Amino acid sequence: MKYFYVGATPEVERGVFVSVRDRMASEYGAPVKELRLPDVQFAYDAGRKQYRSMDVLEMLARQCPADALKLLAVTERDLFVPVLTFVFGQAQLGGRIAVVSLARLRQEFYGLAPSPEVLVERAAKEALHESGHTFGLVHCTDRSCAMSLATNVRHIDGKQAAWCAACAALLLRTQGVLR
Amino acid sequence: MKTHWQILVVDDEEVMCESLAAWLREDGYHVDTASSGREALEKAGQRDYAIYFVDLKMPGGMDGIETMMQIRRLHPEASIIIITAYATVDTAITAMKEGAQEYIVKPCNPEEISLLVNRIIKVKNLQRENTILRKKLSRHYRVNDVISKNSRMQEILSLAHEVSSLRSTVLIQGESGTGKEMVARAVHYSGDRASRPFVAVSCAALAETLLESELFGHEKGAFTGAGQQKQGKFEMAGGGTIFLDEIGDISAKLQVDLLRVLQDRSFYRVGGSEEVKVDVRVIAATHVNLQQAVAAGKFREDLFYRLNVIEIRIPPLRDRREDIPLLAEHFVEKLSHELGRDVERITEGGLKALMAHDWPGNVRELENAIERAIVTCRTSSLIEDDFQFLVDHGAGAKNMQIPAGMTMQEMEKLLIVETLRRTGGNIKESAAVLGIDRSTLYEKIKKYEIPR
Repeated sequence: MKYFYVGATPEVERGVFVSVRDRMASEYGAPVKELRLPDVQFAYDAGRKQYRSMDVLEMLARQCPADALKLLAVTERDLFVPVLTFVFGQAQLGGRIAVVSLARLRQEFYGLAPSPEVLVERAAKEALHESGHTFGLVHCTDRSCAMSLATNVRHIDGKQAAWCAACAALLLRTQGVLR
Repeated sequence: MKTHWQILVVDDEEVMCESLAAWLREDGYHVDTASSGREALEKAGQRDYAIYFVDLKMPGGMDGIETMMQIRRLHPEASIIIITAYATVDTAITAMKEGAQEYIVKPCNPEEISLLVNRIIKVKNLQRENTILRKKLSRHYRVNDVISKNSRMQEILSLAHEVSSLRSTVLIQGESGTGKEMVARAVHYSGDRASRPFVAVSCAALAETLLESELFGHEKGAFTGAGQQKQGKFEMAGGGTIFLDEIGDISAKLQVDLLRVLQDRSFYRVGGSEEVKVDVRVIAATHVNLQQAVAAGKFREDLFYRLNVIEIRIPPLRDRREDIPLLAEHFVEKLSHELGRDVERITEGGLKALMAHDWPGNVRELENAIERAIVTCRTSSLIEDDFQFLVDHGAGAKNMQIPAGMTMQEMEKLLIVETLRRTGGNIKESAAVLGIDRSTLYEKIKKYEIPR
C-alpha cells in the first residue's frame, strides 16, 4: 500500500497544515499520512535572508518514507532558487517530493491585515500545483486551472483550487490518482 | 505548443543551471544544461535550441559573450539571453551589440523570466507558422504542380518556367475559369520573386475611381473619406508581382496611368505630387480578345504591346479533354478532405459523364460540379448519377423561358422555383446548384414567399 504523505516543518500552524492535508486527502485516491519534518535552518542563506529550496528538497528526499507515493511538505520559510528572487514552492517534476512555502501566501507579507481564510485558500491551490508537478503535470495555459503558473498572489487568487478538465483527464489517464 | 521548443541553460555553477532548468521544465519546455561555453557549443551543434540562457562570467577562456557569438555563427536565428549577477552598463551594451536578445540580472523575478520566455516563444511560433505557410503556398503554385498532360499546356508551363525569373510583363489570355491566376501564381512562385508578395487585383470588380485608389493608393484628404494615406497594390507588391485580372475592363484613364507605370516604373498616389518608384513585375490577364479590343478602339495599342511582351494563351477545357480525369481526381481528393466527406474516387461511369460535358465554365465549373457531387452523393465513389445535374442543367437551360421585361428579382425567384422543382425540393442540393449557402437560400425562399 502506498501513502500520500503530507508533512510540516515545526513552525507551521496546525490549522493551516490540517486544511492542506485534508485537501490532499479529498483530491487524491491514495490514503494520506502525516509526517513530522525537521527545521530547515540548514538551508538558510544569510546573504539573501531566505531558504534554499533545493536544499529543502534534498532533505525531503532523505526523509521520504519507502511507502510514500508522494511527500508534500509545508513550511513557513521564504524559499528561493539561486536564479530567482523567490519561489512559492518547488517540486521534483514526475518525482516524489514537493514543498510549499506559506511565507508569501500571507496577506501580512504585503503589509495587509492577516486573513486565515485567504491563506488556507492560497495554500490549497499551491499544494495542488506542486503535487501536480510530482505527477508529471506541467504548467497549464488555462488561467483558472490550479496548474497555471502563478508568479504573484494575484495570479494565485485568480485561479481555482481545482484542475481544469484537461489536467484532470491527464492525472486520471496517466496516474489514476484522482478520487 | 511549448514542447516543440528546446532551451539550453549555460552556467558554470551547477546549482544555477539546475534551478533554472527545473523551473523551465515545469513550464513544459525541454531543457538541457551545459556547464561551459565549450559544452554549450557541442550541444548546439547537435540540437537546434530555440532559446539559450548564457551566464556572462564563465571560466575556461570562453565567457558568455564569446559563447553567444559562437552559437550565433551556428544558429543565427537563435534567441540568446545573457544572465549575470554582476550587471554593469558596459557589459549590457556589449551583450546587446553582439546580438543578445535580452540581458537579465540574477536573481530575477519569476514573472520577468516567464514573460520573457513567453514573448520569445510567441514570436518563434509566428515565424514558424509563417515559414510553413510560405512553403505550402509556393509548393501549391509551383509550375510542376499544375495538373495537365495536354501538349499545349505543357508548352505553356515550360514557357512559364523559363520566364519566371525575368521581369518582363506577361499577358495571359483565356476563357473564364481556365486557371489564369493559377498560371500567374506559378510564374511568380517558380522565379526569383517567390519570397516577395504576389498581389492579385480584379480590375472588373471595382469602379474606376476606386480601382485607381486601390492600385496606386491615395494621400490623406485626396477625396471624401480618405482620412489617411493608404498604400496601393503596386506598393504592396514591392519586389514581387502584381496580377491584374480582367485588364480588358479598365477605363481609358487607367490605361494611360498603367502605361506610365510600365514605361517608367513609377506612379503618383491619388491626390499626391510625389513620384513613387516601384520594382514590380506585372502579369495581366483577360478573358476578352485584346487584339480585337485594340482594333475596335476600346484598348490602347501601346498598352497592349507593353503588356503583351510574353503571351500565354490558355486553351479551354473542352480543347484538352485528356486533362478532365486528372483534374477530377485532384478535385475529389482535395474537396472531400476540405468538406469532411469520405469520398475516394470517381467511377468510370462518373468520368464518362464528365467527359461528355462541354464545360463552358472550364476548370472552375468542373471543380464546382465535383463539389456538388461530393455534397450530394450517397457512397464513397462518385457515379454517373451523381453528375445527372450536368445533363438536366443543359437540357433545362434550353427549356427555361425568360419573358421580356422581367426584373432581376423576378428572374431570381423563377430560377429558385425551377431549381427547387428539379431537385424535388431538396434545399441542400438546390443551394449547391445555385452556388449559395443554405441559409441564403432559406432567406430568399422567405423573401419571395416561395411555397415548398
